[in-house]
Amino acid sequence: MFRLENRAAPSTLMAWCSPVLAVLLTMLVAGALFWALGKDPLAGLNVFFLEPLRDANGWAEVGVKLIPLLLISVGLAICFRANVFNIGAEGQLVVGALAAGAFVLQVDTGENGGFWLISLALLCGMAGGMFWAAIVAFLKDRFNANEILVSLMLVYVAQHLLSYMVHGALRDPDGFGFPQSSLFSDGFLLPAVLPGTRLHVGIVLALAAAVLGWLFLTRSMSGFRLRVGGMAPLAARYAGFSSRKALWMSLLLSGALAGLAGAAEVMGPVGQLTPSISPGYGFAAIIVAFVGRLHPLGVIFSAFIMSLIYIGGELAQSRLGLPNAITGIFQGILLFSLLACDVLITKRLVWRK
Amino acid sequence: MDAIAPLLAATINAGTPLMLAALGLLINEKSGVINLGSEGMMLMAAIVGFAVAVQTGNAGLGFVLGALTGMVMAAFFAWLTVWLGANQVACGLALSLFGVGASAYIGIPFSGSSLVVAKTGIPFLKDIPFVGPALFEQHYMVYVSWVLCALVTWFLARTRAGLVLRAVGESPSSAHSLGYNVRLIRLGALMFGGACCGLAGAFICLVYTPMWVENIVAGRGWIALALTTFATWRPLRVMLGAYLFGGVTILSFHAQALGVPVASQLLAMMPYLATIIVLVLISRNANWIRLNMPASLGKNFNPNS
Repeated sequence: MFRLENRAAPSTLMAWCSPVLAVLLTMLVAGALFWALGKDPLAGLNVFFLEPLRDANGWAEVGVKLIPLLLISVGLAICFRANVFNIGAEGQLVVGALAAGAFVLQVDTGENGGFWLISLALLCGMAGGMFWAAIVAFLKDRFNANEILVSLMLVYVAQHLLSYMVHGALRDPDGFGFPQSSLFSDGFLLPAVLPGTRLHVGIVLALAAAVLGWLFLTRSMSGFRLRVGGMAPLAARYAGFSSRKALWMSLLLSGALAGLAGAAEVMGPVGQLTPSISPGYGFAAIIVAFVGRLHPLGVIFSAFIMSLIYIGGELAQSRLGLPNAITGIFQGILLFSLLACDVLITKRLVWRK
Repeated sequence: MDAIAPLLAATINAGTPLMLAALGLLINEKSGVINLGSEGMMLMAAIVGFAVAVQTGNAGLGFVLGALTGMVMAAFFAWLTVWLGANQVACGLALSLFGVGASAYIGIPFSGSSLVVAKTGIPFLKDIPFVGPALFEQHYMVYVSWVLCALVTWFLARTRAGLVLRAVGESPSSAHSLGYNVRLIRLGALMFGGACCGLAGAFICLVYTPMWVENIVAGRGWIALALTTFATWRPLRVMLGAYLFGGVTILSFHAQALGVPVASQLLAMMPYLATIIVLVLISRNANWIRLNMPASLGKNFNPNS
């Protein structure tokens, strides 16, 4: 029988390999799932993991999903490194989208727009997300309220707030009473980077965020303090690093990035405010952050895998007649697989009779 | 008075799933394990219980299989966290995300179907004016939740097994050196929590709103987690908190009918805002939390090292 035995020291090799193993394990489980559902496993895996990458348009669509996932998960990686469990990025995304959308609807005359107004709208989105995260930071800092629960509750509050606004103040007056805002005019849509596809400049922002996040964590003093605070709180206190500062900084940063993701969504693929801006990007980004090893560059890899699963899920709907909900199942399995594979970092499998 | 009795009855109805789930999570946390998977376990149990009840016409069977679903998921969580030593927060989140997706998938054929589950109540007692209809004309699971609350109180405060459970949550290494099997005890606690969350999920789909729509649990799993903190890990306060939140939910439903000129979406925020406010009020006093919180909450224990 196989047994798990403690390693003398954590294996660096496994720390690198386990996300890859987790993806392979997810594919294995996914294949088994297809088989159980009466579909050809190979055809199913083909639809999920290869089909989206067949042509340039497929790559662009994967990129469209990658933008919000990458933006949010870079922020979450920083948060989790500091041991601040911000689980409510979904709410921060929604408020960011709302803030950016409200700004656009205020200034949009149909003929203006352009670089400066778009930048202002994106900043509004960042401010919105930051504000929503600041509530969490404030309640944790001032009253010691658990950040996991507060940020989660704020997700539901944000969703109802968005629904309230698109049913009321921000509803399209010519929209036949549908709960959605009017469409943003072209001057307020993020320009495409690949002509003919939906891939917009958000991808540049997202990749820049990943690189900046990496520089912040590994090359700056504040990033160093933040990591020490997360790994060894006592050592950090002894060194005089403020845990309050780490709490505020990590939450504001991740809130701003989630808000930016929301703004980029409404000014990118969505193009207006609707009651459902995001198919759970904020929650999926938690998985992305963990699978990416809480490393701002590692999350590029995991965000890519995750967007692939999103697009694969959409394709599976049309090609295999499988419901879209299967995407959520795959995402859950991916995180389970990673958590299970991570055991091999501190333990090893040995064969024993 | 005539208007108040139905409101009271509805409050108890709305509070029951929160109470069931929170009592289970309380036992989890007393053993030192925090399971953020409650939302996912409740959703899975809700759809399984509902599907079984629709197919067989037997609501009781729905509750049993709902509880079993919760237990299976909890056992998987226990394997990952207690045996393999994976991070409890991450595993719980994975369990919830998985439950949201899988329940939506399983629920597709049942979307929009509904069923009627009779509220039998307690004979004779339900004929008492005012109190009778409010307290004693409920579904039997309401009384199960009361009995459960009494049992959990008694178990934790008065039994040897309860003492061992608390010891495991306070200091697993001491419990281990006294010869108790920390892993098995935590597995048991988690399975109990899973069963309770399962009953709570099934209750939502079979009694509270007897139908299936995607994501019907709508954050009650998270609220139940907040309730254990709110109750500073005491079962009777869990009951109080559950009915308080039930009351807020019911008030937000009825506020418009009562003539409060507030949009329905803003009223729908109330239970979540109430949770935040209550968490803040409780957490403000660090001593309440620190004195009562199981000392090893969220920390894994490895007997071999």
